[in-house]
Amino acid sequence: MAYADDAEHEELHEPTSFISKYVWSQDHKVIAIQYSLIAIFVGLVALVLSAMMRMQIGFPESIDMDSTEYYQAMTMHGMIMVIYLLTALFLGGFGNYLIPLMVGARDMVFPFVNMLSVWFYLLSVLVLLASFFVPGGPTGAGWTLYPPQAITQGTPGAEWGIILMLVSLIIFIVAATMGGLNYVTTVLQARTHGMTMFRMPLTVWGIFVATILALLAFPALFVSGIMMLLDTTIGTSFFMPDMFSPNQGTALDYTGGSPILFQHLFWFFGHPEVYIVALPAFGLVSDLISVHARRSIFGYRMMVWAIVVIGVLSFVVWAHHMYVSGMNPYFGFFFAVTTLVIAVPTALKVYNWLLTLWRGNIHLTVPMLFSLAFIVTFLVGGLTGLFLGNVVVDIPLSDTYFVVAHFHMVMGVAPVLVVFGSIYHWYPKITGRMLHDGIGKLHFWITFLGTYLIYFPMHYLGFLGMPRRYYAWEGYQVINPESAQSLNAFITVMAIIVGISQLLFLFNMVYSYFKGKPSGGNPWKATSLEWLTPETPPKHGNWGPSLPVVHRWAYDYGVPGAALDYTPQTTSGEEVPIHESDHNE
Amino acid sequence: MAFAVILVAIVIISVLFHFLSPWQATPLASNWGSIDTTITITLVITGIFFVAIVLFMAYCVYKYQVIPGRRSEYKPENKKLEWWLISITTLAICGLLAPGLVVYNDFVHVPPNAVEFEAVGEQWRWSYRLPGDDKKFGRTSVRLMDDRNSFGIDPDDKAGQDDILVAGNQMHLLVNQPTKVLLRSKDVLHDFYVPEFRAKMDLVPGQVTYFWFTPTVPGTFDILCAEYCGIGHYNMRGQVVVDKAQDYEEWLSQQITFADVLTGGTVEGLVEQGQRLAASRGCLACHSIDGGPSLGPGWLNLSGSEESLIDGSKVLVDADYLIESIVDPAVKLVAGYPPVMVAYEFSDEQLDSLVAYIDSLSSDDLSQPSTQPTED
Repeated sequence: MAYADDAEHEELHEPTSFISKYVWSQDHKVIAIQYSLIAIFVGLVALVLSAMMRMQIGFPESIDMDSTEYYQAMTMHGMIMVIYLLTALFLGGFGNYLIPLMVGARDMVFPFVNMLSVWFYLLSVLVLLASFFVPGGPTGAGWTLYPPQAITQGTPGAEWGIILMLVSLIIFIVAATMGGLNYVTTVLQARTHGMTMFRMPLTVWGIFVATILALLAFPALFVSGIMMLLDTTIGTSFFMPDMFSPNQGTALDYTGGSPILFQHLFWFFGHPEVYIVALPAFGLVSDLISVHARRSIFGYRMMVWAIVVIGVLSFVVWAHHMYVSGMNPYFGFFFAVTTLVIAVPTALKVYNWLLTLWRGNIHLTVPMLFSLAFIVTFLVGGLTGLFLGNVVVDIPLSDTYFVVAHFHMVMGVAPVLVVFGSIYHWYPKITGRMLHDGIGKLHFWITFLGTYLIYFPMHYLGFLGMPRRYYAWEGYQVINPESAQSLNAFITVMAIIVGISQLLFLFNMVYSYFKGKPSGGNPWKATSLEWLTPETPPKHGNWGPSLPVVHRWAYDYGVPGAALDYTPQTTSGEEVPIHESDHNE
Repeated sequence: MAFAVILVAIVIISVLFHFLSPWQATPLASNWGSIDTTITITLVITGIFFVAIVLFMAYCVYKYQVIPGRRSEYKPENKKLEWWLISITTLAICGLLAPGLVVYNDFVHVPPNAVEFEAVGEQWRWSYRLPGDDKKFGRTSVRLMDDRNSFGIDPDDKAGQDDILVAGNQMHLLVNQPTKVLLRSKDVLHDFYVPEFRAKMDLVPGQVTYFWFTPTVPGTFDILCAEYCGIGHYNMRGQVVVDKAQDYEEWLSQQITFADVLTGGTVEGLVEQGQRLAASRGCLACHSIDGGPSLGPGWLNLSGSEESLIDGSKVLVDADYLIESIVDPAVKLVAGYPPVMVAYEFSDEQLDSLVAYIDSLSSDDLSQPSTQPTED
């Protein structure tokens, strides 16, 4: 624990001016908030785009939107939500705030690089948003950006939009890499006295493994982005085959490239990306459930190994996104097996969350409500994944609304529910005030039941055969009985209600910042280190003169013989017996 | 309590919805009933897990709701229970995977008696090719594609001479005949998807993909493009007509071969040339010629009419306006249509022929051919 010794002797460089404290800040907590605010802002843009899309689908007469705008909204919504909101929020937001506090460090190990990370992230967002203002508008290639279509005439934004999108992604990956190296190094090197890897909260494990995935997966997107940029700017043919251009009436100059190569590269990134979002959510929700059920997390070691195994397996399942892509059909056997195998450790996590509730003492606080809603939503999304992962079952459902419903449940709504639960949980540490409980509950019920009503019935449009990415369905016999349109209208109404209800959350965040009930340092009576800081919100350097000393894991709730129902990680074995042999070796 | 009740309600409503929902798979019209069976197996197994897990959660929330002063049980691990759960899950996964892989094995093995046809996709229309009497398709290349040879067939390849070309959006198939569809794209990714057949596959430019099925029910079925292919993706319509033997033979006898195309088109009027161009260059993907709805302004009775532009002004549709709208579509945008058309390059003669064709579709010009698309 060399870092911990040094950290206690080194001088703290307190920021001295407003600028160095809040703008060019190197403090992980300020950077976390900067990351989060940017992510939430750009997420709101994507939310508005989705409302526009839903209006076009549910009530096409009532919105003046053409197919170009529809496809642009669709593309930007998807890309923003997956990359610029969820990835940034979980790693840059929660990772930055919680890792140093939970492992007992003063800050990230490379604070300056950490600062660069958030500014590169902001730059990537600005480049992305700039594409709304260039000739031709943003790209409408679909968030998967499949060539050749992404860079040819006939797709919106094929001139400028796609270039800005690729450049923005490249900048984002630079930002994510700088952040990621920090998170991994901090977890490995900067844990405080007594904080072994197997005493870390699952939040840290989830973010740690997700960051490793990001560091290994993003390069695939990075190179494919550069290759596509070269294809579109200087006419290379990495992904561009011989193809005909109807508007020019001749073949284009490209020759010999492979569109499927791009798909392999994209999904080699894209599937781990699902877990880059999901693993932090798994970790965070484990901690929320344990704290609010007042019970030690069930099967901690299994939970850790499940995270690691899921992380490893996530690199060998990518082609399940490509069962009908025209790749060699025999690949289907391999990828169906690996994909369904990944369900085993994932199911184990669900069981262990439930077994943590079992014989607990469950407080239905707002964070707990969101956590339970996460389990339900993730369960539905996970089970429908078993349809799509099993190659032959995927064939009729692929590219239908079943897929849209599945991935929104499993990696849209489920992680977002964890985001909300976590914000309700940690807001008191960040601001020193509680979020308003009544508004929180109202926000919860609308969001949980509303999203379930949106996405559960949507699967059935997929069974019906309704293809995704359709601007309109006029004139198709098979998918346009009036009933399908009525379900679409219902889904749109629910989506608008859920969308507007997010204003409750925004209002709560602002209102409670000024008027919320003061929380004290540990309002949930939790055991992990971030609740034990000398000040709330924690000051620069987090811990005062000496770092906390850890004696036990983060889940000592209801320890037999203890005076309180929770035993902080800093409590020594003399005060409360340590039962680590029960759960750790 | 309330939360537990709502969880139980979610289970009940979800299960009821499944059985009462009017939105179910379309009636099967191919041999892939086995795919439907795998879906049913998956629904049953995942449904059991869904019900059991959510009900157990409701039980926990009800039974272990907070009682002030109560301590939770301190039992961080139960190896035996965890291994039991892992084993049950693994069994269930095998129950999903085994039948799935067996059916997939059928899917990837095309039966030897399957006949072949080719579906060609381009933005945003379908055309089709049959191998002809020699059962061999002629070689193709995008470099050979032009107005006369929209399939890009190599004229020097003997196997291509008898290939039967179906230029319209509609393809006929023989009922109960195992059929292998070869998929070829001229430009970007597309996907050949007939919901009633269950199976689908992408078209990838630069390679030929395939899958097989046996149509089992006579009738007309929509082909949907199921891989995003640009602004007209949703409008890339096609149809499969499954015929009994006699109807199929009759349809087949009316189709032309590549050799007919090579030799037949020497004497051609302007209108016919325009008609051919409109089909081969994809104009008809977005402009209807029968008065039906389409992405761009329909051509029936267009010539000589007055169009309202987005700036509120009106314009008379004459030859100059039509030509301008083809070579520089962004200049005068017609109200009510998305500004999605890209500029097209044609020779002056070709432009004249297109205008002549569009003129011929106006009813005041009775001397010209019928307004029905010939390829239908």
